[in-house]
Amino acid sequence: MIAELGAFCLVLALVLSVVQAGLCGVGGGRRLPVLAGAGEGAALAAFLALLAAFGCLIWAFVTSDFSVSNVAANSHTQKPMLYRVAGAWGSHEGSMLLWCLTLTGYGAATAVFGRGLRLGLRSYALSAQGVLGVLFLAYTAFASNPFTRVFPAPVEGRSLNPLLQDPALAFHPPFLYAGYVGFSVVFSFAVAALIDGRLDSAWARWVRPWTLAAWSLLTVGIGLGAFWAYYELGWGGWWFWDPVENASFMPWLVGAALLHSAIVTERRGALTGWTVFLALAAFVFSMLGAFLVRSGVLTSVHAFAVDPTRGVMLLSILGVTAGAGFILFAWRAQTLAPGGAFAPVSRESAIVLNNILLSAATATVLLGTLYPLIREATGGETVSVGPPYFNLTFTPLLILAFIILPAGPLLAWKRGDAKGVAQRLGLAAAIAAGCAVLAVVLISPRHAVASAGLGVGVWLICGAAVEIAERIKLFKAPGAEVKRRLTGLPRGAWGTTLAHAGLGVFVLGAVYETTWKVEAAEALTQGGRLSLGAYEVRLDSVAVHDGPNYLAERGVVRVTRDGAAVCTAQPERRFYPAGGQTTSEVALCLKGVDDLYIVLGERRAGPNGEPAWLVRAYFNPWVRLIFLGPLMMALGGLVSLSDRRLRFAAPAKAEGAKA
Amino acid sequence: MKTAARLFAVIGAVLCMAAASDPSERLEDPAQEARAREMFREVRCLVCQNESIDDSEAELAVDLRRVVRGEIVAGRSDDEIRRFLVERYGEFVLLKPAFSAGNAVLWLAPFGIVLAGGALLFGLLRRRPKKAEGLSAEEETRLKALLDND
Repeated sequence: MIAELGAFCLVLALVLSVVQAGLCGVGGGRRLPVLAGAGEGAALAAFLALLAAFGCLIWAFVTSDFSVSNVAANSHTQKPMLYRVAGAWGSHEGSMLLWCLTLTGYGAATAVFGRGLRLGLRSYALSAQGVLGVLFLAYTAFASNPFTRVFPAPVEGRSLNPLLQDPALAFHPPFLYAGYVGFSVVFSFAVAALIDGRLDSAWARWVRPWTLAAWSLLTVGIGLGAFWAYYELGWGGWWFWDPVENASFMPWLVGAALLHSAIVTERRGALTGWTVFLALAAFVFSMLGAFLVRSGVLTSVHAFAVDPTRGVMLLSILGVTAGAGFILFAWRAQTLAPGGAFAPVSRESAIVLNNILLSAATATVLLGTLYPLIREATGGETVSVGPPYFNLTFTPLLILAFIILPAGPLLAWKRGDAKGVAQRLGLAAAIAAGCAVLAVVLISPRHAVASAGLGVGVWLICGAAVEIAERIKLFKAPGAEVKRRLTGLPRGAWGTTLAHAGLGVFVLGAVYETTWKVEAAEALTQGGRLSLGAYEVRLDSVAVHDGPNYLAERGVVRVTRDGAAVCTAQPERRFYPAGGQTTSEVALCLKGVDDLYIVLGERRAGPNGEPAWLVRAYFNPWVRLIFLGPLMMALGGLVSLSDRRLRFAAPAKAEGAKA
Repeated sequence: MKTAARLFAVIGAVLCMAAASDPSERLEDPAQEARAREMFREVRCLVCQNESIDDSEAELAVDLRRVVRGEIVAGRSDDEIRRFLVERYGEFVLLKPAFSAGNAVLWLAPFGIVLAGGALLFGLLRRRPKKAEGLSAEEETRLKALLDND
């Protein structure tokens, strides 16, 4: 019964989305608030219907109702409760339902927070959001329905991939989708403004908080995914330039560009056309990601819920939506008024440079991801585009962006003072250069390029500190004045600083970990030891251990440094009988921001015929900074979001006051 | 004990782990071994989803590692080994596409886009009339005073 209720709610949401798209479209076009209001009601109702549908799916997973084919294929009675719930979005069908839930959720939020916006903009946006809802809900209901029954019902489910049974992964899709789909609001508002023909700073002020929210959530989602890869895949890598990772990274890069260009549009009325273009592109890249991940056109370590025939349908949705958006843009963009002029040295110029570099970086990721397909389609030989390509193209582009970044917030709008900014950043540059030199002198083995990379990280952090110091006139004004300025600093400023410093923290971690990680591997008998830099790793014992839905060999590994105990780690090698898979459960010893990463490998015969295990140990210095950095960036986004001027309803109020 | 036997029976069908560090495969000369590891990161495990042979435990990856290590011991240069691999397995085997005419778009586009963007920005800055004159010194001080009072 519950599954039928869920299916009914899904179709109900589809019908409500049709109503929303129609009523809001007509209501906005004819300026009929009553019709538009009814459409807003439909938007809220569609969200509630999907919430109910999603609840039904979770219920089916929790109660292990294997007469629902999706549950039978992706769950198991022995699976722990958390992963049964997470199983609801672990499959193609379930994840599309989550996508739709998020999409209608953002639609409902637009209806609630946008009350004060002018009727035309609000109604057209809700209509566009409704059309997106119709497309994805129709796809989910007719081609990817998670509530389909199977007869006869199997006695036991086929389980979920054990690699996916992990807390970081269980929570990473909801964040990722909240990010991806958050850009749908921005897309809808870009479409609405193009139809409406009015692109002003009120529009930009509306777009900024939604972009911030979506981008911050996406940052958390990607960070969680990278962290999962780091400790679950078993060799300490956290980013592989894999197509699926790239798919999530492209909307993030476009979102970052949009965040910055929207500031110019809001404050200076410039770059309007470009901001609209990015607003459209962010969601197009989100949809491209959804398509790449599910269609199987590219091979990936994260290959997930792959289905080529449904991939074609997703591609059609992508084509229709992107085509409509960009055609509308090409048709209406000429009507946009040119914005305020600015000098070559100005904050506008800095942000334009940031946008050029971020766009080129996005294009690089896109090209690198799709190039094998392009080569194949044009009759060339199949090629691979892997990490070495991105290291040689993407990385230099971003480093260039990092080098100009600290100057941006210090430059004045319209016409900046290059000399003044150079003076103010002098100390930061000196500290950064000093750190790079110290790194090359002190750290062994020496790496000049990596040391310069550390310098870039320090440059970003010091640059962020200088920005705050300048704003509060530290050392320039009397103490009371500094204090007054410090407390009066808008949250937006703190957000900027936090995000930029977070980027620096990430760069430090990424450079240090990649260059100076230490690795050791030996086949150890019980009591055997290996040395890992300054640490000694001893395999005390290995015992068989029964988990809830797996069998494991669990090693007890003792780590010492100069004879002093550091930690005891228990890496496991697990076998999941339900799916016949073997995984390794890495043991991590956290030492400050460093990790000792220990993997228990396969069993093999030792020297005297006694059993031995292949033990791999890694010392990953500063690795936690890699995950701390993005967290700071996301936090920076959320702090900015809490700024009075940037709250969701703020532009609506400002506009209401004007009217 | 039965569970243990079952467990050990299936071990071997493992996913990915930095397999290249396996001591049973290692070369004796540390410099050669370091070169081999460097090389592994550029070679694709052809049967895996998307991994280099440095990361994969698949049988083919083990074979490819043996081949590359063998070539290094035989004194071949990195380029010679790459050419050998491409002859045998096609361009698909290299994770770093060759700098060739066919791949020109791939390697040049990222920097081309930056140049094009830079040219656009330059055009934008030049096209704008420079009618806005700077403020006089007196106006500057007044403005500064106003801003500081803000």
